[in-house]
Amino acid sequence: MRKIQILGTGCPKCSTLMANAEAAVKAAGIEATVEKVDQIADIMRMGVMSTPALAVDGVVKSAGKVLSAADIKKFLA
Amino acid sequence: MDKFDIRSPGLRKYRVAGVVGLALWWLVYRSLAPFAAWFAYSLCGLTKGTHLGATVEFFVFESPKVLMLLALVVFGVGIVRSFFTPERTRRILSGRSESAGNVLAALLGIVTPFCSCSAVPLFIGFVTTGVPLGVTFSFLVSSPMVNEVALVLLFGLFGWKVAAIYLGTGLAIAILSGWVIGRLRMEKHVEDWVFQTHVGDAGPEAEPDWPARIRLGLDAVKDIVGRVWLYVLIGIGVGAGIHGYVPENFMASIMGKGAWWSVPLAVLIGVPMYSNAAGIIPVVQALLGKGAALGTVLAFMMAVIALSLPEAIILRKVLKPRLLAVFFGVVAIGIMAVGYLFNAMM
Repeated sequence: MRKIQILGTGCPKCSTLMANAEAAVKAAGIEATVEKVDQIADIMRMGVMSTPALAVDGVVKSAGKVLSAADIKKFLA
Repeated sequence: MDKFDIRSPGLRKYRVAGVVGLALWWLVYRSLAPFAAWFAYSLCGLTKGTHLGATVEFFVFESPKVLMLLALVVFGVGIVRSFFTPERTRRILSGRSESAGNVLAALLGIVTPFCSCSAVPLFIGFVTTGVPLGVTFSFLVSSPMVNEVALVLLFGLFGWKVAAIYLGTGLAIAILSGWVIGRLRMEKHVEDWVFQTHVGDAGPEAEPDWPARIRLGLDAVKDIVGRVWLYVLIGIGVGAGIHGYVPENFMASIMGKGAWWSVPLAVLIGVPMYSNAAGIIPVVQALLGKGAALGTVLAFMMAVIALSLPEAIILRKVLKPRLLAVFFGVVAIGIMAVGYLFNAMM
């Protein structure tokens, strides 16, 4: 079971990234949870300064970008 | 290393596409003026020198011109920004002394990708890892004020001189207001929880290769031009109407040099306005032709672009009211100084 986290304090871009992550999980056909991290203290603890950011299994993969579903799928391989 | 070097043979098709694209862009750009004249006077059959003719020609010439400039510059800036991340900027600025740090922060504010929705995490990330408070503010002022959309519109509608003045004075305000805030020693007016926040290390992010950088540039064009094109068209449309129909010197009494109160009033009106810089600049350009003074116009644009109510609400989470007020006050005074300076000089 993989864990995808979307870090952001609720801007429209965060929701887009969230939707893309869910689409990527479906396309990859794997078991994964997609969760929101929207508390600023949690976001800072992960060392992220630009939102939205995406982490897979606790490791930050991208910050400040809205990745496409295809981009996210590469991180799940 | 090959795929990170633009000269590598594997990237030949990108170089060819770039040269061909730029040549096409230039050809179309050069044909806009004759096309607009042909459209207004031959196709629509309007008479040269009439209000309607001038309005149509202005609109048909200016709107594609500004949008084409915007697309080109946003693409270029998108590529440049792929070399900078907020994390890298923080490492450069961390532990810098003031003065030199303020200058560097203002310059990095131009090239670092930053959206006001990330202002809070960026602020915390900067001040908790050794970037001085004043240096952080220089970044926070220059980043929205000196932005590519404003510069392109100023260049396209006013010419390179006004764009350069805007760039220079915008940087000066960012450097000086950050320096002043640093001198005022206002660290205790940052919300207490900010310095207690534990900031982790995200680890290195993968460096994008050239195809990825080009894609980032194209994404930026899609995002920014997609967001502002309507405002640009409406702005140029209203501007075209003003050009054609509002009498000369109409604005001289309200926004002219003679009215000393016009600069503070322009700033006061400009601060609550937000993100419609793309639509406001063309209107303001038209007003300039009707007798408004350049300094007043510059002050108004800077106030619209650099200071906004939503930004104040976002920053209130990390700044106590007094520091927030000082921040807006110092920047607003800087903008007014620029306004008076140019009204006195020109």
